[in-house]
Amino acid sequence: MLKTFKLGGVHPPENKLSADKKIENLPLPKTVFIPVAQHIGAPATPIVKRGDEVKTGQIIAKSSSFVSTNIHSSVSGKVKKVDVSADSSGYSKQGIFIDVAGDEWLEEIDRTEELVKEFNLDGSEIVKKIQDAGIVGLGGATFPTHVKLVPPKGMKAEVLLLNGVECEPYLTSDHRLMLEKADEILVGVQILMKAMNVEKAVIGIENNKPDAIQLLTEKAKNYNGVSVVALKVQYPQGGEKQLINAVTGKEVPSGALPIAVGAVVSNVGTAFAVYEAIQKNKPLFERVVTVTGKGVSKPSNFKVRVGTATSELVEAAGGLPENTGKVISGGPMMGRAIASLDVPVTKGTSGILLMQKEESERGEVLNCIRCGRCVSVCPMGLEPYLLMTLGEKHIFDRAEDERVMDCIECGSCSYTCPSHRPLLDYIRYGKGKVGQIIRSRKK
Amino acid sequence: MSIILYTIATLAIIGASAAVILYFVAQKFKVFEDPRIDEVEESLPSANCGGCGYAGCRAFAEACVKASDLGDLNCPVGGAETMESVASILGLEAVKKAPRVAFIRCNGTCDHRPKTNSFDGASTCAISASIYSGETGCEYGCLGYGDCVASCEFDAIDLREGMGVPLILDDKCVACGACVEACPKNLIELRKMYPKGRKVVVACRNEAKGGVARKSCEVACIGCGKCEKVCNFDAITIENNLAFIDSDKCKLCRKCVSVCPTHAIIEVGFPPRKVKEEDKESSTAK
Repeated sequence: MLKTFKLGGVHPPENKLSADKKIENLPLPKTVFIPVAQHIGAPATPIVKRGDEVKTGQIIAKSSSFVSTNIHSSVSGKVKKVDVSADSSGYSKQGIFIDVAGDEWLEEIDRTEELVKEFNLDGSEIVKKIQDAGIVGLGGATFPTHVKLVPPKGMKAEVLLLNGVECEPYLTSDHRLMLEKADEILVGVQILMKAMNVEKAVIGIENNKPDAIQLLTEKAKNYNGVSVVALKVQYPQGGEKQLINAVTGKEVPSGALPIAVGAVVSNVGTAFAVYEAIQKNKPLFERVVTVTGKGVSKPSNFKVRVGTATSELVEAAGGLPENTGKVISGGPMMGRAIASLDVPVTKGTSGILLMQKEESERGEVLNCIRCGRCVSVCPMGLEPYLLMTLGEKHIFDRAEDERVMDCIECGSCSYTCPSHRPLLDYIRYGKGKVGQIIRSRKK
Repeated sequence: MSIILYTIATLAIIGASAAVILYFVAQKFKVFEDPRIDEVEESLPSANCGGCGYAGCRAFAEACVKASDLGDLNCPVGGAETMESVASILGLEAVKKAPRVAFIRCNGTCDHRPKTNSFDGASTCAISASIYSGETGCEYGCLGYGDCVASCEFDAIDLREGMGVPLILDDKCVACGACVEACPKNLIELRKMYPKGRKVVVACRNEAKGGVARKSCEVACIGCGKCEKVCNFDAITIENNLAFIDSDKCKLCRKCVSVCPTHAIIEVGFPPRKVKEEDKESSTAK
């Protein structure tokens, strides 16, 4: 019996079309737009101005508070302007436009492919370096990694969990990374273990990636305290709380952080970024992005510089198919449709999914038939049908009592609803309002 | 027989003693309530809309009775008439407030503002605005799902299905401000009401730079400042690439309407002008 999390979950068709496609380097774009808010927390403050020459890897926006990160230039060239442009939601956000000229990297960055295993930094030096390199959780939530590595006072991490689950259908960027950069990821894991002073790390991988499980299990033998566990395919296993439950059997209490049960969760992509930052002095300015979809002629995995327009990725994967209904940044379950193809790739972009019209359309909204499917699939044990009504009727105090803030927005409820009710839309709305109420109460 | 007598006697004694106890308790815990509160409440429209800033008509009545002058208190629904009757009950002087009316500062109807994408989530403005900037290139404009229509207790907003922007019916609007709260894009403003429903107003909230604004909507304010220069009454201010006409200062001279290059400033309720065809178009479009 393979392990998985206890409550709820769904199993959408996997559609991992690009699983056997090697990671390719995407050609350099002509211009990039690098937003200053690519992470959870305060936006970074731009420190370059129009006309400045920048090199690849140079800091162009500085972290403005503890929960914030540095932003580095992903290309070399000249700063065209510091201005606003529409982000994936269509709202204008500040960012830095750079005209690309050549590809001149900062000298201290080691560009060789050679594996460097040894490191002799102590915990706080590692955290400092990770902070400087602008590393955020690459699983999609983009929470600054250095914040995660410093547990709140009086708490101690016991185990580091690595998320190699990639439970979103279609996406294969983590899968490919595990196959192609297994050693690097494992060294990254060792660095993270040192930074947090834990003895044990477990990499969780879903059973639909047997090659990655086999490879990492084999390689992990050479690294102290690292083990690999195969998990049953179940969405949303990549959720922090679900992964902890699946691997350790522990349940994170409502409203608490994973550290409350002694766990810290990090993505395998993040571990690779940590390896590059510590061993190669390379800040986070590029990542692996899956470009896929049923109509895409060449589903691919690209290594992409942050700030590259989505249209370039789509072009490289064979162009926009004719009957594209939605272009989604991220996976089909939690990703968001983007308002235009000019939107840049950011640190949190794990995939670009070109959904066909038929599969992207929402069904007609019908009445709730009280079948209870949303309740049975909710991985957080909530009652989505009720939370939706509470959001709709603006009964936010009751929504708070019904633990609306525990919702991880995985979308399993909306996915499973036979009446196509926009459950998550209203829950997210209620969550926003309840969040406002909680914050105003604290003031 | 005697059982019945005993029962009646016992019940009578219990009843009498309970009455005595209740009388003294009632005296002890008596709460004095100004009888004028009830009187004032009765004279109010009982809409309980909260337009006065208080939680319902009762709370407003209490506030009126407590107040020493009515300068800061106004029932927008009842208007001057109601406030006069309140003043006469309380023996205070009624302060006349200019009536106000709500206005949606967006003229981005479907023919002015091309659709650039589509949203198929829950059809409320609040949810749409929290996820996306809208279905057009303008991130400031009306979303058209009608959260304002739903919030209006007085049936004063017409959704105008298919037009893209609802219309406020001046004769029904009581300026309670519910729609102002409901609009996630902050488009609705309570403006001074002029006779015959006349208005001169910048029907735009776009704060983007001129070129960007113009690209997203034909009738967007580009912040050129021509109206500010031509205004003789200092009623127009430009902030963040957007003009704003202060309705308390505006004298309805309409000079700004004719200089506005994008027809973002519209006039409503005026007889049609003779020469300028375009102006007429924009005013009838509203």
